[in-house]
Amino acid sequence: MQKLVVIGAGMASGRVLEHLFEAEAPYEVTLFNAEPRGNYNRIMLSPVLSGEKSFAEIVTHGDAWYDEHAVTCRFGEKVTAIDRARKVVVGENGAVPYDKLLIATGSAPFIIPLPGHDLPGVVAYRDLEDTNAMIEASAKPGSRAVVIGGGLLGLEAAAGLRLRGMDVTVLHLMGHLMERQLDEAAGYLLKQDLEKRGIDVMLNASTKAIEGDGKVERVVLEDGTVLEADIVCMAVGIRPAGQIGADAGLECGKAIKVDAHMRTSDPDIFAVGECVEFDGNLFGLVAPLYDQARVVAKTLRGEDDVFTMRELSTKLKVTGCDLFSAGDFAQGEGREDIVFRDPARGIYKRLVIEDDRLVGAVLYGDTADGNWFFGLIKDETCIEEMRDTLIYGPAFQGGGAAGQDPLAAVAALPPEAEICGCNGICKNQIVDAIGAGANTLETLRAQTKASASCGTCTGLVEQLLAVTLGDSFETGGAKPVCGCTELTHEDVRRLIKARALRSQTAVWQELGWLTVNGCPSCRPAINFYLLAEWPLDYQDDAQSRFVNERNHANIQKDGTYSVMPRMWGGMTSADELLAIATAAKKYDAAVKVTGGQRIDLLGIEKDDLPAIWADLNAAGMVSGHAYSKGLRTVKTCVGTDWCRFGTQDSTGLGIKLEKKLWGSWTPHKVKMGVSGCPRNCAEATCKDVGVICVDSGYQIGVAGAAGMDLRETKRLVDVATEDEVIEWTTAFVQLYRENAKYLDRPYKWVDKVGLDWVKDVLSDPAERAALNERFEISQSVYRKDPWAERATEPEARKFQPLADLTMEPAE
Amino acid sequence: MTWTDVGALSDIPLRGARTVKTASGCVAIFRTGEEELFATSAICAHKRGPLAEGMVHGRKVTCPLHSWTYSLETGEAQGADKGSIATYPVKYEEGRVLLKLGALAEQAAA
Repeated sequence: MQKLVVIGAGMASGRVLEHLFEAEAPYEVTLFNAEPRGNYNRIMLSPVLSGEKSFAEIVTHGDAWYDEHAVTCRFGEKVTAIDRARKVVVGENGAVPYDKLLIATGSAPFIIPLPGHDLPGVVAYRDLEDTNAMIEASAKPGSRAVVIGGGLLGLEAAAGLRLRGMDVTVLHLMGHLMERQLDEAAGYLLKQDLEKRGIDVMLNASTKAIEGDGKVERVVLEDGTVLEADIVCMAVGIRPAGQIGADAGLECGKAIKVDAHMRTSDPDIFAVGECVEFDGNLFGLVAPLYDQARVVAKTLRGEDDVFTMRELSTKLKVTGCDLFSAGDFAQGEGREDIVFRDPARGIYKRLVIEDDRLVGAVLYGDTADGNWFFGLIKDETCIEEMRDTLIYGPAFQGGGAAGQDPLAAVAALPPEAEICGCNGICKNQIVDAIGAGANTLETLRAQTKASASCGTCTGLVEQLLAVTLGDSFETGGAKPVCGCTELTHEDVRRLIKARALRSQTAVWQELGWLTVNGCPSCRPAINFYLLAEWPLDYQDDAQSRFVNERNHANIQKDGTYSVMPRMWGGMTSADELLAIATAAKKYDAAVKVTGGQRIDLLGIEKDDLPAIWADLNAAGMVSGHAYSKGLRTVKTCVGTDWCRFGTQDSTGLGIKLEKKLWGSWTPHKVKMGVSGCPRNCAEATCKDVGVICVDSGYQIGVAGAAGMDLRETKRLVDVATEDEVIEWTTAFVQLYRENAKYLDRPYKWVDKVGLDWVKDVLSDPAERAALNERFEISQSVYRKDPWAERATEPEARKFQPLADLTMEPAE
Repeated sequence: MTWTDVGALSDIPLRGARTVKTASGCVAIFRTGEEELFATSAICAHKRGPLAEGMVHGRKVTCPLHSWTYSLETGEAQGADKGSIATYPVKYEEGRVLLKLGALAEQAAA
């Protein structure tokens, strides 16, 4: 009999021993384990944590089994060294000689060295001790847990702790959960499901410190958020634990290197599991470990077998979260996506195809076809013939395919979803009216008033008719936003509000977007709709903005930028002009006086933008937003300050309007003018909002244009005081922000909804006050200088190249 | 052929890009997914627009000047536009972005 020593009693070595004893094996086995117990099914710790299973139920090899196979168990004893010269393993309680040695030391959890990481109450999620510590913490009523890491392990810990009745918050550094296995859309659905079970999920959450007096009490994030915690579970990843092999002089990379027979650089020493590196690969999932175990057992018995890498799939073991991911959806030449979403059932499927072969799949909500897709990936089946229906699964192959239903998003709306905002009409009222015989848009409008006012919900009402009546109704064929959706801009706006969609990912999923993450047409529109609807909740997405709004300057044909500081009401001063002249010289700018009463500096390199902004900021100037779909200028004449014909302080009023409205984002640009008398030197009558001062007060006109179209403003109202001008103008701008289609200037929007409707809404003082209030809430976020925020570090650095390698030798 | 560390992944915004200056020209590195990167020439084949300033959608970028759209995987212009940009090997490892410089010099020399 030869002596076999095994270091580590984990899942891999347990499986090796099982295979070894399947036939007569000429080995006397000694099994070391640092944990004070034998082999158990570590991946079943989740049900132990949640209380669905006991530890006894997940033990794979009990005392009787070890006795039966005459295994000498040295549990709770650490191995301190391997002496290869003498062929002995040195344990804490003495040495054991070996003929063959198997290292199965697995992995160790990675602990982020944050301040406080060593406080009692900070655990990993790796062994029974960790699990028991978490169970113990959950026994206290009202106790709170913070899980750091939103990967597979962290989410299982979170779900288990929640089932134990704890308040659980998951902190995840990345923008969506399980980013290794899932894409953004599936990550969004997973987050929704977890939140439904009462687990808080914080994304882009960077932990700064764990604090407490003698034990964990709270977790502090980089952004200053403080979370109370009785226990902190750090589940951010694992590292191979192969130090014992490295210390013994075995060849190591990131772990102990093995060949296809699982042999290390010493022919008498084998290694298996998470502590090995094979062909540059490390291992964390159980399937390849079992393959390795089989190979080791056979090799030890003198039979021939080799280990090969194979495709892996992941299923999450959190009850009720149905997700599946397999293969590779990372970069590669010539890959294409097929996406299917069913918002009503919370389903998302994405297939990645390369050269007529399926290479990756992500499924959420319905994973029934997961194994079929996995089979196609593993077998590299040619899918050319079934490509069109592939995403519907095996049931559709050879049969007729159901196309994606463009009405799915509307069909999925809950009955209480508000369709017509003007008249407060919900889906169920409209469906009831259709059921009662209103089968045309006109009769429906007459009976319910839905879409009878501003008309922007017409598309949705028509779709409801189509959903309810089926083929017997034909819609007016309104134009969709872009190729990513069948919905119109107006539909999307209404649905964002009605369904409380607060992120782009939510819009894409819940409204059934046909692409992974939109296109350059819909992304800026959706970004605007979200920030207009949820100013306090939604984080403006720079990557969904055209370059000018992202870089806060206007790009020119040669890739340089123009920089235009604000001149409130067209007024400036000698000091401002000196600063502008100095900057123009310093950055070698061309200087142009614009039609909006300001000065443009042209030809600025991107790298120089933060510096020129800092110079202009230092002279008290801020961005003129000459690049934005937002308030541009308020052009004025000199009014009663200087002009012998002036009737009011037009300059002062212009400055007040500009200070009120600057920084706000609007569906398209907004230009204003205030003229001090009907001679109209500020050309106010071709602006989006133009004010003409007269002796008795102010005439407010709206919906002018002087671009592709030429329009004279139409009179909105005449008022007596400056305050009223500001109140009415703000209300008009907010109504435009809340209702207009992205890229419609006010005149186009007013053409669609009718000036009478605008007047109707704004003539109600309560409505004007509410619009003003909502505008102010939005401005609490956006009324600030975007230049000042980017002129200093760390933001300024983002305007420089990531790296300058011009001095690097290129071999 | 060596991989050169050009910066942290977190310095490239999701669905955004950053440039890297090299002796053989300016390279744009695009981040299309949490851990998915592409590298191409930073200059549009049409009128030399700065592609790193374009909108990134799917595995494509649209030039900010005249909306030419390129596949980041192949470098080919999409739709009716005809033209292409060079693509380069780039990868992500343990939080860092690695660019293969040798490939650049070769293409510049060719």
